[in-house]
Amino acid sequence: MLKDILSKGKKKYATIPVDSHKAEVPEGIMTKCPKCKKIMFTKELEKNLKVCLHCSHHFQVGARERLQQLLDENSFEELDQDLISENPLNFPGYLEKLEQDREKSKLNEAVVTGTGAISGYKTVIAVMDSNFRMGSMGSVVGEKIKRAIEHAGQKRLPFIIFTASGGARMQEGVLSLMQMAKTSAALKKFSDEGGLIISVMTHPTTGGVSASFASLGDYNLAEPGALIGFAGRRIIEQTIREELPEDFQTAEFLLKHGQLDAVIPRHELKDKLSLLLELHSTGGEQ
Amino acid sequence: MAGELEFEKPVIELRKKIDELKEITKNADVDLQEEIEKLENRLQKLESEIYKNLKPWDRVQIARHPNRPTTLDYISYLFEDFFECHGDRLFGDDEAIVGGIAKYKGKPVTVIGHQRGKDTKENIRRNFGMPHPEGYRKALRLMYQAEKFKRPIICFIDTKGAYPGKAAEERGQSEAIARNLFEMAGLKVPIVCIVIGEGGSGGALALGVGNSIYMLENSTYSVISPEGAASILWRDATKAKQAAETMKITAQDLKELEIIDGIIPEVKGGAHRDVAKQAELIDAVLEQALKNLSHLSEEQLVEYRYNKYEKIGRFSSLK
Repeated sequence: MLKDILSKGKKKYATIPVDSHKAEVPEGIMTKCPKCKKIMFTKELEKNLKVCLHCSHHFQVGARERLQQLLDENSFEELDQDLISENPLNFPGYLEKLEQDREKSKLNEAVVTGTGAISGYKTVIAVMDSNFRMGSMGSVVGEKIKRAIEHAGQKRLPFIIFTASGGARMQEGVLSLMQMAKTSAALKKFSDEGGLIISVMTHPTTGGVSASFASLGDYNLAEPGALIGFAGRRIIEQTIREELPEDFQTAEFLLKHGQLDAVIPRHELKDKLSLLLELHSTGGEQ
Repeated sequence: MAGELEFEKPVIELRKKIDELKEITKNADVDLQEEIEKLENRLQKLESEIYKNLKPWDRVQIARHPNRPTTLDYISYLFEDFFECHGDRLFGDDEAIVGGIAKYKGKPVTVIGHQRGKDTKENIRRNFGMPHPEGYRKALRLMYQAEKFKRPIICFIDTKGAYPGKAAEERGQSEAIARNLFEMAGLKVPIVCIVIGEGGSGGALALGVGNSIYMLENSTYSVISPEGAASILWRDATKAKQAAETMKITAQDLKELEIIDGIIPEVKGGAHRDVAKQAELIDAVLEQALKNLSHLSEEQLVEYRYNKYEKIGRFSSLK
């Protein structure tokens, strides 16, 4: 890039304000990879499951898009689409923010749940969407996930969750915190009944979501490069006063430290999930 | 007086004045008895007024008071023959959480709690009561042990939060907390949780999935510290006082939100004023809570606990 060349010798890294950075690329038609900075056609990027054609950076994927990538055609039946948040703490501005996000994301909340088939294997699936309030978990997210798990239990189907969340939703205070216990309890019950739980952590999976259902899969998987962790990087740096390694809290870092079963590139995800579902479809007792 | 709090100042000043007058009466011939009595009446009024109308931020100050009784303080008053168990059998012993077995009213129970230090040296050893994964894994190990021997579990919650550190992340802080939430939900013995100081986020909840949850009158339970909330909401950590009100973190708030079962009253001025008396107030509630749970079968214990969390949340339907 011209800008990069010009700034050489001055600073090692160019600091470009977000807005001007966006303006370099024609809105919509082209997309610039935030990692390798190369520009590509948005259509081609989408065809490539939103994985950068040059450096394999995994762009964030919305819930609807994810379902489309993963599920057999026309197999999805949504659950509890009607649930919306209230403002239990009378938090200033919260209802307006919810309204804005509903508008912007075309979603009613930060998770979409339902039943669908992956390569013919019927499952209950929940997909979080970071376009809605950073994917944060409030009462509705907790409730929808709990209901989805209970539904999987009743129908004796596997439960797959794709996480993408900044953590608990602050505007619902301690009610958000309690959703961690609620969803974890639902998973425990489901697990005790023999239910299969697969968690796929996508960028980002942090805080209260990371410290509840995201980490409770029989299989804990993640997409390459996803940020996964309990505490925020800045808070840790401030607390321990030392610089953290570059790959800190990435999926690869977690794999290395024994916290994940596998890191799976998006292109292989459907096949790998199908395989896991197949391996659990006959029952382990035979 | 050591550790006096901002909102208590009028009381403390008045008390000082009374003491001064008493001193004068003792040494001089003037009789100020009438004056003193008047002031003492005023003091009583003032005290009950201040302590009855504590603001959330005042309670935060009491909950964080350096002399606030800790888990081990209450253990020494409430239980007999406490036998502390160390280590998670995987990595190490995290002293930010203590746990073990003890006798309560003559019967064995498992007691676990966050543990802050009393001074800087102890605080460093106990990491200011902020656990690493091994702390939560020790707690879980002791809970399994309680289940094996069919002992009730009593958890004392008192932490700013799980420790945000490099090693904690490497060893799976998230997984350790999540695992405790998951496993506590299924334990077949009674679990009573009592928030005695600060209930800081997931790090507190990881000892908090119980059949009954109580909070001391001046304790707090929140998804994020008031300072953290203020810096995110208004990019200004000094607005913590305001955040403490907005975030609804007091025992009274949690009762209204139908999350906790009850509030344990505190000694006037806060638990640190009289630990023995405070322990008695806890004792009364704990005894009753355990009695209520003792009639339940293993299945009922798990089911009721499930139902308790299952219904927490506020939402509506577009339908």
